[in-house]
Amino acid sequence: MSLSQPEFQVFINGRALQVPAHCNVAASLQRAGLSHSRRSETGQPRAAFCGMGQCQECRVRIDGHDHRLACMTLVVDGMQIETQT
Amino acid sequence: MAASPLPTRRHADVIVIGGGIIGAACAREYARQGLSVAVVEPGPIGGGATAASMGHLLTVDALDPADQTESDFSRRSLQLWQDWLQAQEAHRELAEYSRCGTLWLAADAEELDLAERKCAWFGGQGLAAEMLKPEALFEAEPLLRRDLWGALRVPGDGRVYPPRVAGRWLQEAQAKLFRARAVGFDGASVRLDNGRELWGAMTVICTGLAAQQHLPAGWLLPKKGHLAITQRHPGRVQHQLVELGYLKRAHLVDQDTVSFNLQPRPGGQLLIGSSRQIGREDRELDPALLKQMLRQALHYMPGLGELSLLRCWTGVRPASRDGQPLIGAHPLLRRCWLATGHEGLGITTALATAELLVQLSLGQPCSLDPSPFRPERFSESQHVVVPA
Repeated sequence: MSLSQPEFQVFINGRALQVPAHCNVAASLQRAGLSHSRRSETGQPRAAFCGMGQCQECRVRIDGHDHRLACMTLVVDGMQIETQT
Repeated sequence: MAASPLPTRRHADVIVIGGGIIGAACAREYARQGLSVAVVEPGPIGGGATAASMGHLLTVDALDPADQTESDFSRRSLQLWQDWLQAQEAHRELAEYSRCGTLWLAADAEELDLAERKCAWFGGQGLAAEMLKPEALFEAEPLLRRDLWGALRVPGDGRVYPPRVAGRWLQEAQAKLFRARAVGFDGASVRLDNGRELWGAMTVICTGLAAQQHLPAGWLLPKKGHLAITQRHPGRVQHQLVELGYLKRAHLVDQDTVSFNLQPRPGGQLLIGSSRQIGREDRELDPALLKQMLRQALHYMPGLGELSLLRCWTGVRPASRDGQPLIGAHPLLRRCWLATGHEGLGITTALATAELLVQLSLGQPCSLDPSPFRPERFSESQHVVVPA
């Protein structure tokens, strides 16, 4: 990564992570090594599948709001992201 | 020498056309009488109007004496629902039953007066109901807007997930399922679109709006509705919520209407209704009307704006010309019986419909007066044209 590219700091389940600006939340989760973003009602792990806002599987809590689509949300500096572990 | 059994062509004693909530209830009731049942359904069980419904088990009052028939009918049916739900815990689980109760919301003095008169009616019938003052209402449902005048709470009402119930009732009936569309009736047999012919002692037509193709013109009409459902947001709403203005608008016949109607589902999703478009039977979403419906929901519950929607869909209520279902002998087709035209109350009234139809068709005494439901009531005032 070139030095000229800005980075943001986001918090994933409270842990700080540096990600490139213009990165989306789903990619940030990937970068943090998380294998899933949420759990179904029966407890199955779910993660981004379509990557384009249709499958709804990548939903996470962002800055206190439930059910945000990780694949369709760009990070901003200081963003708080919570997944279902 | 013992006589060998005579050859028979009969597939079942009763052939039920339609695997929605009404067909399933009828199949189950005939089976309870010891008759064998075949069900003809080309699509998923409970996949039509049944799946598009909210699954509200609703006590209809008779504050206006004109509503007496519907009130008696809904109350008998709710009794039968309770019998079934209470018979086994497995029934309540499978039906995703919750006794959420209904809150009828009063937005002005006129609606509050209506709510109070309804409350007095319930009390007079020995049915549980209470008035909630604004403070108690906001305690019960904190997301509601703050300027409501109060609400009538009917705690015995509930909700179910109807397609699963329909599937279960067909199992209980041990119904033989034929995946096809019925295209013709000749009194003892039913012709299917795959060329097969089914034989039975009688046929029961429970195809909702599609029954119109076997009836004189204009007996049934579609009333299209929209519904929307949110993602899971558990714990936000406890009761089925209905604005009292719904009653004023539900019976308007010349315009599209929307009303606030909201139901919490067990997983925390919120089902948001409702709209009514008379004469429309297409399944397209109407974005303008949907927007109007959601705006009405936000008007009653501003906080809904924070929640995300998962899906929106439409369904078509199979309404009859006078608002009462058609339950009884088909006016023209021999050995055919009808159970259709339930409009928006088919889930609630399914079991009383089945009970009444079975009693009529088997010549048993009836638990309710069948005359308001007689299908031939529509042919007495007009020249009957037999559909081809």
